Order: sequence, then structure tokens, then C-alpha cells
Amino acid sequence: MDVRTKFALIILFLPLASCVLQIFFGRRLGPRGVWISVAAEFVTLILAFSMLATVMLGTPMHHYPEVEWFSLGTFNLTLGFQLDNLAVAMLMVVAIISSFVHLYSIEYMRGDVRYTRYFGYLGLFTFSMNGIVLAHSLMMMFIFWELVGLSSYLLIGHWFEKDSAASAGRKAFLTNRVGDIGMFIGIMLFWTATGTFTFHGLFEAVDVEGANLFAGQTTLLTVAGIMVFMGAVGKSAQFPLHIWLPDAMEGPTPVSCLIHAATMVAAGVYLMVRMFPVLTPDALLFMGAIGAITAVLGALIAITQFDIKRVLAYSTVSQLGYMIMAVGMGAQQAAFFHLGTHAMFKGLLFLCSGSVIHALHHALHEKGDHSTDPQDMRNMGGLRKKMPITYITMLIGALAISGVPLFSGFLSKDAILAGTLAFASEHHQWWAVLFPVAGFGAAAVTAFYMFRLIFMTFHGKPADEAAHKHVAETPAVMTVPLVILAALSFALFFTLPGVNPFQTEGWFTNVIPQSENLTGFAELEAEHLERGFHEAHGMAVPISMSVAGLGIALSMIFYLLGWLNPKAWAERLRRIGLYQLSFYKFYFDEIYDALIYRPFLWLTDKIAWIDWDLWDQWFIDGWGRNTVRAGNASGWLDYQWLDQIVIDGFGRLIDGMGAIGRKLQTGRVQNYLMWALAGVIIAFLVAASI
Amino acid sequence: MDSLQSYLFLSVVLFCFGLYGVMTRRNGVAILMGIELILNSANLNLVAFNRFGGLSELLPGHVFALFVIIMAASEAAVALAIIINLYKTFHTVNVDEAHEMKG
Amino acid sequence: MGNVVFIGVAVLVVVSAFFVVTARNLVYSAVALMGTLFGVAGLYVFLYADFMAAVQVVIYVGGILVLIIFGVMLTNKISAPVLIQTSMPNRALAAAVVFLIFLGLTTILFRTPWHEGVATQPEGTVATIGNALMTRYLIHFEVAGVLLLLALLGAAYLSRRENG
Repeated sequence: MDVRTKFALIILFLPLASCVLQIFFGRRLGPRGVWISVAAEFVTLILAFSMLATVMLGTPMHHYPEVEWFSLGTFNLTLGFQLDNLAVAMLMVVAIISSFVHLYSIEYMRGDVRYTRYFGYLGLFTFSMNGIVLAHSLMMMFIFWELVGLSSYLLIGHWFEKDSAASAGRKAFLTNRVGDIGMFIGIMLFWTATGTFTFHGLFEAVDVEGANLFAGQTTLLTVAGIMVFMGAVGKSAQFPLHIWLPDAMEGPTPVSCLIHAATMVAAGVYLMVRMFPVLTPDALLFMGAIGAITAVLGALIAITQFDIKRVLAYSTVSQLGYMIMAVGMGAQQAAFFHLGTHAMFKGLLFLCSGSVIHALHHALHEKGDHSTDPQDMRNMGGLRKKMPITYITMLIGALAISGVPLFSGFLSKDAILAGTLAFASEHHQWWAVLFPVAGFGAAAVTAFYMFRLIFMTFHGKPADEAAHKHVAETPAVMTVPLVILAALSFALFFTLPGVNPFQTEGWFTNVIPQSENLTGFAELEAEHLERGFHEAHGMAVPISMSVAGLGIALSMIFYLLGWLNPKAWAERLRRIGLYQLSFYKFYFDEIYDALIYRPFLWLTDKIAWIDWDLWDQWFIDGWGRNTVRAGNASGWLDYQWLDQIVIDGFGRLIDGMGAIGRKLQTGRVQNYLMWALAGVIIAFLVAASI
Repeated sequence: MDSLQSYLFLSVVLFCFGLYGVMTRRNGVAILMGIELILNSANLNLVAFNRFGGLSELLPGHVFALFVIIMAASEAAVALAIIINLYKTFHTVNVDEAHEMKG
Repeated sequence: MGNVVFIGVAVLVVVSAFFVVTARNLVYSAVALMGTLFGVAGLYVFLYADFMAAVQVVIYVGGILVLIIFGVMLTNKISAPVLIQTSMPNRALAAAVVFLIFLGLTTILFRTPWHEGVATQPEGTVATIGNALMTRYLIHFEVAGVLLLLALLGAAYLSRRENG
């Protein structure tokens, strides 16, 4: 077996082994046993890095081992790995974040009631996520897609005693399901048209110089592409299925980091990047629109949220929107680039927020306060002196996400924004300019709310002096990951060997080229766009820098310097209703509740009535009741009539006959003689007649 | 008139009367009388056949009838003894009263 | 002339028999029985059975009938002759049965082709019977004797007075 296949198998199954270990032997191993899982994760990190290193040093990865799973007549299902540069890079991302989350969780989850099971589920998730990355066919990816959804459900509902956590887990799973249905339909459409599930097969099928199975049927291809995109809409929390991600914050913070910031939600983007060659311009436009809407929507809601994790959750929604929009603009490289950088700095931001929550939780505990919410930013303030490491690293993360130069986020976001500008210049319809407007607008808002978060949490006066006394920096086990991720949030990391903070070229762009092995119409688009990008790049940089600066400045005015009072402005906005729109998440949950949940529940209620009251109670039980009645009647018939009248009647008849017959026994010989003679006569007559 | 059938007819008549008497009468002695009639009818038959039937020289018919008479005598004696016993027990000879075997 | 007598005897027999079974008074019944027995004896004479006739009279009338009359006397109060008839329905039924039997028998007797042998001649039968009893029917004779003995014993036993 090829060493690359071996590596891939180890990377895939080692976390699963860790899961099995923790689930079945966790109790026996005890809390110390989770270090085994952490070690396993770091082993996969080493392996992933070694594979990435070979690619970085110039050897592109093209390895596609395949094994047959089962076949039913002409239907064959194979399992295999799609080991290309994209997969290797993604594996690295997953491995880094997963390893650090494992490490971080040792301290964060200490003393938890289900400590070992948590690590088991983390292993399960990592296994599933790696499966998505490595999958060589849509069907295989779908299997792991579902598994990832399951892991997410299990981890969100880790503290299932809380109703809110349990229902959040359900909400996540069910919303994902809605998307998955679309995805499955898309997979089936592709299969019906091309007869294959594998990516290779699909690419060949759309090749204009090759099979070109979709010639003249671009509508079908568009629809199939959009249906598969539905899976990404669900998994990556795009509008309108974004509702589950903020609720998913009920899970432990490391889980939020791993699953709902860095990796699982990025799976949708990963899928679309993989599927890029088969997406028609119409499908891409649809994706772009959804992405743009999501980006703006998420940002607008984040402005008013007070829960630190909620802000980050909506931020994630918004950033995912950026990535999807990028794919829609044709800038698939930029999308994946942003995926990578976002994983690093969003992961960092979540872990930092976890650090803050952890410290505050302990401080409140020390004080004896069990009712104050440690996640509410209004209970924070002035933490930078007490938690310097967390402060510095979180600040780095905020700078990265806001798109400040020198940081990785600047490069990736800039690439996306350049893509939107290129798109707008290529397409001269009136609506094309909305994309860059959305992109830059959301960027400004992003910078605003991120620094709002920083200022409210770390600057100013503490909300509760008594609790503030007990606040301390979190242990090294938690801060080491923060530092490492902060280092990875610098632009330099991604541009090596290049050092220009304004240029994206480096090992990353070499590893993930914009256009490579693209077939069909995508080829033309991509080449087209590559030219456009370079032109737009020049324009994008100054605009994005000013937009970011505007956002930060505004945030400073409100929250750091206090020149404008945020509460007063909130009141003004509340009067015209805009504040509520943002604070109440544009009422999506309420709308869904009224339009979808309630009618559906009403319907199920009616159906339940039919099934229970009508069918079960009335019919089935009625059957029973009637059987009882029939039984009673039959019993009555049997007893009264058959038994009493017929059977006993026979008895009485015999009795009567006996009574009559008894009269024959008069005891008088003469009577006997007479009867005997009568008998003789009869016998005589009978004999005579014969 | 002097034919076999006429004697046989007479014997049948006697027999029927005797039968009637046995079946009908309540007094034990009266029943006995009926029995005697029956026996007589048999005797009559026997003797009649002896004359008309071409039996052997030894007059079997007569001998048979003789034995019948002997038996009738002994039977009458025993029967009367029984009747007298009955009278002593039940203080009546009404055979209807002797119905201990009544089912 | 012979026929007339024959018919007269026959009538005597039948009428007497009738009275035997229908008389209410037991004594009348006994007397009628006597008539019947005598009539039968007469019939024996017609049948050239002289010894039989004599035996009939001596034993039947002189022995059995006397015995019967003794029985009548011993078991009845003379002053109150007992009603000896059974209830009506039984009598009717019995009559019907008897009548049927009568019909049957007469039918047989008149339809059967009797084997007519040579009619015997009137001659004395006493010697012949005596002879027969001692030769051919000797065993029967002895048995009959034993039977009579047994009857005697039986009757005597039955009518003994119970002690105590």
C-alpha cells in the first residue's frame, strides 16, 4: 500500500479509535486517559503536516486510491480517497484546530460530568470531518456529512440536562437535514445524468472536450448544482438555514470553536470548492447572492448581541457568507484561502472567549455568585490587566478578522473583495455592483462589532468589582493554543516565502491554484477571472483598508472613548425599529415558527388525532369493545340458549322420556306381560311383512 | 265340524281368554285361573294333533298332555302357596298392591 | 247328531271361559272354570282320548280346581267379595292386544296346510299310554315324579308358619 494511503488511513481512523477507546473504556481510564486522545490527535497533525510539507516543497499530490464497497448488478459503490492538494491543505486545517481544541479541552472541561465521553465525541467528529475531506465521491462524502451532523448534535447537546442545549442540538440536526435533502436530490440528479458519484467521473462528464453529457442541458446541471449547494446552505449556516448556528453556542466553547467556527461549517465551502468545475454560471450567481445576503445579515445582527459567543457565532455566519460569495464570484482560491485563515483566527477568537468565560466563571464561583451569566459582555470590562495573554491574542484575532494589514484575514478578505470587484466589472447588469457593496459594507460592520467586543470585554471599568478581584489568567494548557493560533493569524504565515504583506502569493497560492484541472465552462470563467482579479486587486486594497479603519474608528468612538453613548443611540434606533430588527435576529426564528413550525405541528396534531382518537381509540379499541360485546352475546347465546335450553333441554327431554318410560315399570307383572305380548305382535307383524 | 281346525280354533279361543285373564285380573287366584285356561288350550292342541296329525302309535300327544297336567297341578300348588304367603304379608291378594319393584 | 253335541260342548267351553275371566265375583269365576274344564274333558272324548278325559276330570277338576277354591276361600272374606277388575284403560288395551293375537293365530291356523295324517280310530288308550310311560317315556315319568315331590316340598316350605 502506498505510504500516502497509509497516512490518510491513519489520519482518518486514529480519531475514531480514540473515540471508541473513550466511549468504551473511558470510565476505567479515568480523566487522565483523555491525554491518549490528545496524543492521537497530535499524531494525525504530524502526519498531515508531513503530507502538506511534501506539497509545499513542490510535489503536487495526485493520489486517488479506490476500493469497491458493494455492487448490485450494474450499480457499483466504491470508497476511496481524493488526495489532492486541496484535501491535504484541508486536512492540515482540521488537524491543527482539532489538536488544539483537544489540548484546550483538558482544562476547560475539567470536572465535567461526562468528561471522557466528550473526548470520545471529539474523536468521532474529527473522524467524520476527515472523512468529508478525503471522500472521493459525493456518496461517500454524504455519509460523512451525516456523521458530522450527528457529532455536532451530540456535542451541542453535551449538557443535555439543560433544555436549551437539548433543543439546540435538535435544531441543528433538523436544519441540517433540510439542507441534506436538497443535497441528496442533487447527488441523485448528478447520478441519473452521469451514472457516477465520484468527483473524477463528474468532471469528466462535464468536460466540453470529453463526455460533455450536459451539452444543451445546462438547466439540469444548474439545478443539480444548486441542489447540492443546499447541503452547503444547511451545513455552512447560510441564509435561510442559518438559524441553528447561534443556538449551537449552547455547546461547550471548545466545541463551538472546532465545529462551529473552523471546520464543520467550513465543510460546505469545501464541498463547493470541490464541486467548482461542475457549477454553471447561473448556479454560481445563485450561490453568490445567498452568500452576499448571509454576509450582510450575520454582520448586522452581531452588532447588538451581548453574549460574547453569540457575537462570534453571527460573525461566523457572516464570514461563511463571504466564502460562499467568493465561490459564487468564481474566486474559489480566495474562498478556500479565507476558509483557512478564518479557521485560524475564528478558532482563536472562540478559544479566547472560552478563556474569558472560564476565568469569569471561576471568579463568580469564588465570590459565591451563581446567577450572573459569565458569557454576557455587560458583566465584563477591564479584563485586559488581569488576563494579558488572552487579551493580546484576542486582539490579534480581532485585527485579523477586521482585515487589518499584516494579518492573514486582510489577505484573504481582500482577495474575496477583489473577486467581487472583478465580477462587477465583468458583468454590467445593474445588480452586479451589489456584490462589492455588500462585501465592503459587511467588512466595515465586521470591524465595528469585533472591536465593540474587544472594548466591552477588556477595556473600561469592570461591571462587578467583587468578581473582578478573583479573575485570573487561565492555565497554560489553555493559553498555549491561543498563542499558537495567534501566531498563525499573521499574514506572514501564509505568504512564505514571500514577505510582502500586501501580496497573497506564497506557498498557499502555489498549493491551491486558482485554475487547475478545470474542465468545461469553468475553465474559461476561471482564466477570465484570474485576469480580472489582478486588476481589481489594486483597487480593492485601499477600499478595504479604509472600510476596516472606519469600522474600528466608529467602534472606538462608541466603546473606548465614549464620545458617543451607545445606549442613547440604541434608544434612537429602537424608536425607528432598526434596533429590534438586529437584536431579535430579523425575527427569523419567529417567522419560521409562525409559517412553518406551527402549521406543521397543527397538521401533526390532526394526524395524531386521526391516528389516536379515531383509529386507535375508536376503531381498534372499538374493535376490542365489539369483540367483547360479541363475546358477551356469544357467551349469553352459549349459556342461556345452548347450555340452558338446548343441552339442559336434552337432559330434561331424556328425563321426561325416562319419566314416561318409568311408568312402564309399574312393578306389576301383568303389565309386563302385556307389553311383552305387544312386542310379540309387532315382531310377528314385522316377520310377516318380510 | 270334526276337523283339526275347529279344535285348534277352540284352543286359540281358550288361549286368548286365558291371556286376557292373566293380563287383566287383579286377584292372584284369578290370574291362576287364567293360567289354567292357557294350559288347557295347549293340552287341547296336543290331543287334537295326536288324533289328526298322524303321530306314532305311542300316543305322544296324550303323554305330553298328561305331563302338562302333572305340571299344572304342581304349579298350582306352589302358586297357591305363594298367594297365601302374599296374603299373609300384604294382607291382600290384590297383585296391584305388590308393587315393591315399581320403578 | 254328533255335530250338535260338539257345538254344544264347544259353546260351553267358550262361554265358561268368558265367565272365568270376566266375572266380578271370584267364586263365580271358579265355578265357570269348572264348567270350562268339564267342557274340555268332553272335547277330549270327541278326540278319542278317553284316558285324558278321565284324567282331566279327576286331576284338574277334582284336584286343581278344589285347590283354587281353597285358595279363594283362604284369601277372601266371604262376606265381601272383592272387586277384582283392573282399571278400564288397561282392560281395553289388554283386550286389544289379545284380540290381535287372536287374529294372528287364527290366521295362521286357517292358512297353514296342516299335514293330515291318518286319523286314529276310536279305541282304548289307557293301555297304550301306560305302555308308553313305562317304556319310551320312562325318564319323563320319573322326572315328573321328582317334580311332584319338589312341588310338594316347595309348597310345604312356603306355607310353613314363621316362628318368632
